[in-house]
Amino acid sequence: MAAATHKERTLIAAIGDEDTVTGLLLAGIGDIDIHQRPNFLVVDAKTTQEQIEETFTAFTKRKDIAIILINQHVAEVIRGILDEYNAAFPTVLEIPSKDHPYDPSKDSVLKRVQLLFGD
Amino acid sequence: MAAVRDNVFPTRMNLTVTKARLKGAQTGHSLLKRKSEALTTRFRVIVRKIEDAKLKMGKVMQNASFSLAEVAYITGDISYQVRESAKRATFKVSAKQENVSGVLLPAFEPDMQAGSQFELTGLGRGGQQIQKARAVYIKAVETLVELASLQTAFVILDEVIKLTNRRVNAIEYVIIPRIENTISYINSELDEQDREEFYRLKKIQGKKKDRAAAAAAAQNELDELAKLSIQDGNLHSEIGLSEDQSAARNILAEQVDEDIIF
Repeated sequence: MAAATHKERTLIAAIGDEDTVTGLLLAGIGDIDIHQRPNFLVVDAKTTQEQIEETFTAFTKRKDIAIILINQHVAEVIRGILDEYNAAFPTVLEIPSKDHPYDPSKDSVLKRVQLLFGD
Repeated sequence: MAAVRDNVFPTRMNLTVTKARLKGAQTGHSLLKRKSEALTTRFRVIVRKIEDAKLKMGKVMQNASFSLAEVAYITGDISYQVRESAKRATFKVSAKQENVSGVLLPAFEPDMQAGSQFELTGLGRGGQQIQKARAVYIKAVETLVELASLQTAFVILDEVIKLTNRRVNAIEYVIIPRIENTISYINSELDEQDREEFYRLKKIQGKKKDRAAAAAAAQNELDELAKLSIQDGNLHSEIGLSEDQSAARNILAEQVDEDIIF
């Protein structure tokens, strides 16, 4: 049964700024399902924290998403939810964006790595 | 510390059963410990890979952003068209499973669908740049997918290792001491029973000896008396007395009434 649930998860979702999402869509990850729900969210200055949180939670609940890519500066906004989220599926991956260089010390997973190994 | 033990009846059978359980617990403990060690080894490898991949991802994404900037420079902003043209994903992932000492670790693999959805190349200008940016981004997403599968493995392994370690510790610090306490309890109770039994036998033997001694003494007395009476009989020859006694006995025997049922 577990194998079946893994098989269904094929999509990559994205939450990020315009450039990042555009690039990822260019690669062909974009998908709009039969309910007209896109699997990506463009975050700009007008996007509220609630919107991001809602979208993120909705993505984590969808059964067809395997990976959620999220810009690190967006991840910072909903850090609380991210730190709490520790299910294996879908995998949440923080990615750098054009304007915000990648900072490993902020990454939820890397933080846990450091916590485990103490270095 | 109060010895925690199972509530069992101290019998030899229970002792055997409990010893078998101890053996089972020890085997389970060593097996789980080995499993945990194997997982931890794997875990460390994955953690190292994640760290490398995260750093690599930084570079790849930078590269990708740059190529997109090139596109923007040549064709202008294409983000709206790109977003609108998204219908069905052509870049998907498929999950494969890998078995590490009984733990199923999923591994994502990029799954490109044939047939480029890209009509954007028909924008007239900068089609080549867009194709280039697309290729770069596909590479980037492949890296991300790889990283994501590592991260999933990390999360799952983390959980499984915690679980296994909890079990190992539970067996080591709770179950095994409890079984050992039970065994020593049964042993001490059995020893106690043995001592009680031994004491009882000794006591009985003592009583028997006393009784035998008393019986022997009484016999001796009787013998003495008999000897004396024989001597008396020889001296006075009073047989009449004994004849009277036997007569009296006969009368008693004849007195038994036929009518009495009971």
